Amino acid sequence: MIHSLFLINNAGDLFLEKHWKSVISRSVCDYFFEAREKAVEPDNVPPVIRTPHHYLINIYREKIFFVSVIQTEVPPLFVIEFLHRVAETFQDYFGECSESTIKDNVVIVYELLEEMLDNGFPLATESNILKELIRPPTILRSMVNTITGSSNVGETLPTGQLSTIPWRRAGVKYTNNEAYFDVVEEIDAILDKSGTTVFAEIQGVIDACVKLSGMPDLTLSFMNPRLLDDVSFHPCVRYKRWESERVISFVPPDGNFQLMSYHISAQNLVAIPVYVKQNISFFETGSSGRLDITVGPKQTMGKTVEGLVVTVHMPKVVLSANLNATQGTYNYDPVTKILVWDIGKLNPQKLPNLKGSLSLQSGAPKPEENPSLNIDLKIQQLAISGLKVNRLDMYGEKYKPFKGVKYVTKAGKFQVRT
Amino acid sequence: MTDSKYFTTTKKGEIFELKAELNSDKKEKKKEAVKKVIASMTVGKDVSALFPDVVNCMQTDNLELKKLVYLYLMNYAKSQPDMAIMAVNTFVKDCEDLNPLIRALAVRTMGCIRVDKITEYLCEPLRKCLKDEDPYVRKTAAVCVAKLHDINAQLVEDQGFLDTLKDLISDSNPMVVANAVAALSEIAESHPNSNLLDLNPQTINKLLTALNECTEWGQIFILDCLASYLPRDDRESQSICERVTPRLSHANSAVVLSAVKVLMKFMEMLPKDLDYYGTLLKKLAPPLVTLLSAEPELQYVALRNINLIVQKRPEILKHEMKVFFVKYNDPIYVKLEKLDIMIRLASQANIAQVLAELKEYATEVDVDFVRKAVRAIGRCAIKVEQSAERCVSTLLDLIQTKVNYVVQEAIVVIKDIFRKYPNKYESVIATLCENLDSLDEPEARAAMIWIVGEYAERIDNADELLESFLEGFHDESTQVQLQLLTAIVKLFLKKPTETQELVQQVLSLATQDSDNPDLRDRGYIYWRLLSTDPVAAKEVVLAEKPLISEETDLIEPTLLEELICHIGTLASVYHKPPSAFVEGSRGVQHKRLPPRAGSGESTESPDVGQSGPSEAPPAVIPSQGDLLGDLLNLDLAPPTATVPSVQPSMQMGAMDLLGGGLDSLLGGDIGGSPSMGAGLGAAPAAMPASLGGAPAVGGGLGDLFDLGGGVGMPTGSYVAPKTVWLLAMKAKGLEISGTFARRGGIIQMDLSLTNKAMSVMTDFAIQFNRNSFGLAPAGPLQVLTPLSPNQTIDVSLPLSTSGPVMKMEPLNNLQVAVKNNIDVFYFSCQYPLSLLFVEDGKMDRQVFLATWKDIPNDNEAQFQIKDIHLNSDVASNKLQGSNIFTIAKRTVEGQDMLYQSVKLTNGIWVLAEMRIQTGNPNYTWMCWRRPHVRECVSQNDSPVIS
Repeated sequence: MIHSLFLINNAGDLFLEKHWKSVISRSVCDYFFEAREKAVEPDNVPPVIRTPHHYLINIYREKIFFVSVIQTEVPPLFVIEFLHRVAETFQDYFGECSESTIKDNVVIVYELLEEMLDNGFPLATESNILKELIRPPTILRSMVNTITGSSNVGETLPTGQLSTIPWRRAGVKYTNNEAYFDVVEEIDAILDKSGTTVFAEIQGVIDACVKLSGMPDLTLSFMNPRLLDDVSFHPCVRYKRWESERVISFVPPDGNFQLMSYHISAQNLVAIPVYVKQNISFFETGSSGRLDITVGPKQTMGKTVEGLVVTVHMPKVVLSANLNATQGTYNYDPVTKILVWDIGKLNPQKLPNLKGSLSLQSGAPKPEENPSLNIDLKIQQLAISGLKVNRLDMYGEKYKPFKGVKYVTKAGKFQVRT
Repeated sequence: MTDSKYFTTTKKGEIFELKAELNSDKKEKKKEAVKKVIASMTVGKDVSALFPDVVNCMQTDNLELKKLVYLYLMNYAKSQPDMAIMAVNTFVKDCEDLNPLIRALAVRTMGCIRVDKITEYLCEPLRKCLKDEDPYVRKTAAVCVAKLHDINAQLVEDQGFLDTLKDLISDSNPMVVANAVAALSEIAESHPNSNLLDLNPQTINKLLTALNECTEWGQIFILDCLASYLPRDDRESQSICERVTPRLSHANSAVVLSAVKVLMKFMEMLPKDLDYYGTLLKKLAPPLVTLLSAEPELQYVALRNINLIVQKRPEILKHEMKVFFVKYNDPIYVKLEKLDIMIRLASQANIAQVLAELKEYATEVDVDFVRKAVRAIGRCAIKVEQSAERCVSTLLDLIQTKVNYVVQEAIVVIKDIFRKYPNKYESVIATLCENLDSLDEPEARAAMIWIVGEYAERIDNADELLESFLEGFHDESTQVQLQLLTAIVKLFLKKPTETQELVQQVLSLATQDSDNPDLRDRGYIYWRLLSTDPVAAKEVVLAEKPLISEETDLIEPTLLEELICHIGTLASVYHKPPSAFVEGSRGVQHKRLPPRAGSGESTESPDVGQSGPSEAPPAVIPSQGDLLGDLLNLDLAPPTATVPSVQPSMQMGAMDLLGGGLDSLLGGDIGGSPSMGAGLGAAPAAMPASLGGAPAVGGGLGDLFDLGGGVGMPTGSYVAPKTVWLLAMKAKGLEISGTFARRGGIIQMDLSLTNKAMSVMTDFAIQFNRNSFGLAPAGPLQVLTPLSPNQTIDVSLPLSTSGPVMKMEPLNNLQVAVKNNIDVFYFSCQYPLSLLFVEDGKMDRQVFLATWKDIPNDNEAQFQIKDIHLNSDVASNKLQGSNIFTIAKRTVEGQDMLYQSVKLTNGIWVLAEMRIQTGNPNYTWMCWRRPHVRECVSQNDSPVIS
């Protein structure tokens, strides 16, 4: 099982270590540093590194490497999932997961890690159980603690720990009972030069914020559940009812959580909200090139496209860009070689255009690789797959909750080849 | 106010100050001090000096302080075992506390204090906690058993904790069940044969019930445990599958992959015509696809597993090609894996799409990725015959880009395409030739030269092209030199008139001016061939080559089956069986897929059907004790019966043994000894049969060997003198003595059969029992004439290593049965392990270095060889004769260090370090991954070097 954890920042400083079994010397991280150096980019460090006596499984989150050490055969996904959970817990507790917040809260971090894993076995990873055991720091609490000498460690066994619904604590009480659901869809797509879809799929999630008293039992149903054939649920969802009736029946955790995620695959037709006409070319001589990009609406279902941003990763030899944008602003960073064109709202009557010349390093040969465009966008009040929530019913409690559903579509990994 | 304040220090000395604060009367100050101590600990500072002071803070009713002290204790108790005892009382008391949280905390922490002395105090509280009324305490106690087992396994067994733990599998609380399963699985890992997890339909049912109710992590443990169960029949298998399938929709990807493992394994038992089988196949695809939208690290592990699944059951993902398309901001490790899977899924139906994608990738920035993409195009051509033409034209397009590394990579793969489809695409050769000058990588140059040589008759200026390479012959890498030599010989055989001078030139470059033995040997062979019999030469050099196989990179089926059983584990990430790399030799059991029910299907894997998954496949694992004994005996009298000459006595003693061995080998080196003569005489028989035809060639080869001897080539391997294996009195007058030899890569058993009876013996036959390395006669025992009384006949029996394998005791024991017209006789003999050292045992230096570093210390053995006065060069030459190859040499403080590699016929590598001081070579043997071989190897080395 998981033996030890090391946290390492981007500069290669090891700033926290925690051992769940015997202490393993931090020199084991040398193998990690070796791999880190070889990978050049932090994103490219292989997740599983083999050393003579251990395996190092690591993730890279928020500019921190979470490096775990294991000694026996352990499912690597288990370790990776757990590490992500650790990062999420830090995020949840301290508002952000960064080196400075971890250092600022080092004792709580240590207490958390101890609570999350015992002898390498996960113990409590549910946020609401952890919060009963170790209270998250707030300015108010730390002041009160300093004055009264009370602590931020829970003295009793968390109620949810052993019930068959470990995700919910008992005795929740709210004056305003409310349940909100956000249907968020991201389009992952690759379009080729001519604008044809090479590949497109939708990654959807339903995020929930449920603040209901007592033990509510909820049922969420869709207008068109047949769209969903590939789903992953929060453990609270009763899978049997989904199988038989295609409704989501669950006792919700308290607060924010992800109810489900779904995936609408490449085989179904995925609507692409915008089209991009682009021409980026480099001349054989003269160390220069031209760029001309136009974005227009395609299948927007009558909604407005907002937050439109086009990012171009230029070849290394491009020194500067002299362009003219009919809408929005552009910025070329000559160090990272990234051109960002922030368009904003897309006006179907007057299509935004970015045009001009690129200057290259003199004497350098014409770049071999084709730059690739990335599109970012947002459409409010639309789930591009067409998914719609039908109704939300509550059983088990008497009060009338306030309910709400919001839809939003975003671009995920939306790439246009040139 | 944040915790970062705990990191600040004052000048007075941190430890001193902390000590004072820890002993303060004020509770608050104490707590702050402990927090500072913990903060120092997190960054790896040694604060163990504060141990007594921190432990003094333990007796408190403040839970936070208690927890902090416990954190400290766990880290440092091991360094202060005597002090740790001080804490025991508090633990024992806490285990009786009314608050279950405190009881659990105490038993949990106690288990983490890895001090032997504490364990005895732990037993009673633990026993109580395992039966605690509160499930939270029980589940914590279950894990504690695993901790205790890690510290003192015997104690856990003696105290009967294992049985209690097994009982917990039937606990009413699913979390307790999950933790019990996890603990048992961990313990079982160190006891491979202990049958701890005794799975039967009842327990399986309990596990399946708990599966629905426990936490995600518990589900992983339970699923992994389920995967090791073997259902009784296909109906049970189906019912388990049905109950596991909902896990495929879990948000935790580790749960999903463990569920996939269970399904992939149990599916094997379902009849293929069952409806449910098809449904299940369909259900597997979506979750696998979903894994690819997770974080990149998860994707990587998922992709490595999908790679296996696709090889086993391509039908699952055959329609999902597009999800493996590479996004430009995927990390490189994800890109490379996706590419691999794309090729595996490539078929006639989707090849157009795949090729378009691959061509796109070939213009990306990352060089490694581009190269692999180009290579992938070539693999597509080889895999999907119909697409070959399109692939070739895509490759030509890429060559036109003139991007250096793309061109080189394209030429390498085009060579492979030529080997798959000979005489089909030679029209592209002209284009290839245009790029000759830009090739600077050896692999690409060698590929180009191969193409020119192979199609020499169609390339008008082939001689000029090859000649241009010849100018810098000595600067080329070996790969290119060898290729150039062969290509020019091919050219000469095709166009003898114009190229005589060229071939002379290359032959003399290869044979006279080169230090490389491989090149020289090949040069000589060509030379002799050409000068003695050009017709034979043509037959050999221009012989029709076998086509390369479609998928050379597929995982071998038995390994694949084993890996499928390990989906989701490290083994599946590395695509190696767990036994190959799991730390220590914890004797991992090989897993097999279960046999399928129903008639028609069992043919798929017949041997699996017979042996059954519970029976571990035959492996070479001797008991350590005996071999150790052997090792200790080594210096006096090796049991490997290398006693010289006809004397049947085994008790000759050390003096004689060394003397005999020394004589024969030293003699051999000079060339006068009879045993060496035999070695040389037999050598031509080892040459390929195709050469043996013309007698003239035979003579030429003899010449060649003389020549080789002259320039100090390593001579044959050491051959021990014959010993008597079967006494006449025990075998109705037949006496057999013999020895083993390795000649020209062929293992031979040299036998002398003597008839000491009164009547004629005929009808000889020989058979071996199964043995450790699968030695078996490669042909019948050739005793052509009847053996008359008092006659002795010498026969050489070639052996192969492809026979059935069974571990023997000692490892190199061989049981033989010989039959004649009178009776069947049995005897056993022992062969020197050096017999199994193969000729290609020379490890690449880089690989050697990497492997050497990787060898666990436990796999090391060391011994000394006495009374030998050889310098390192002579020793290394001699050892090379026995296929012990010196990889590197360095001199440290007057000692010569030789680093050597040996490869056994079954692919095990042995690495060695030899230190030579005058008269006292000291050997460190390091055996890669298989510690048990080392003892045996070491026994054998003395005769070889002496």
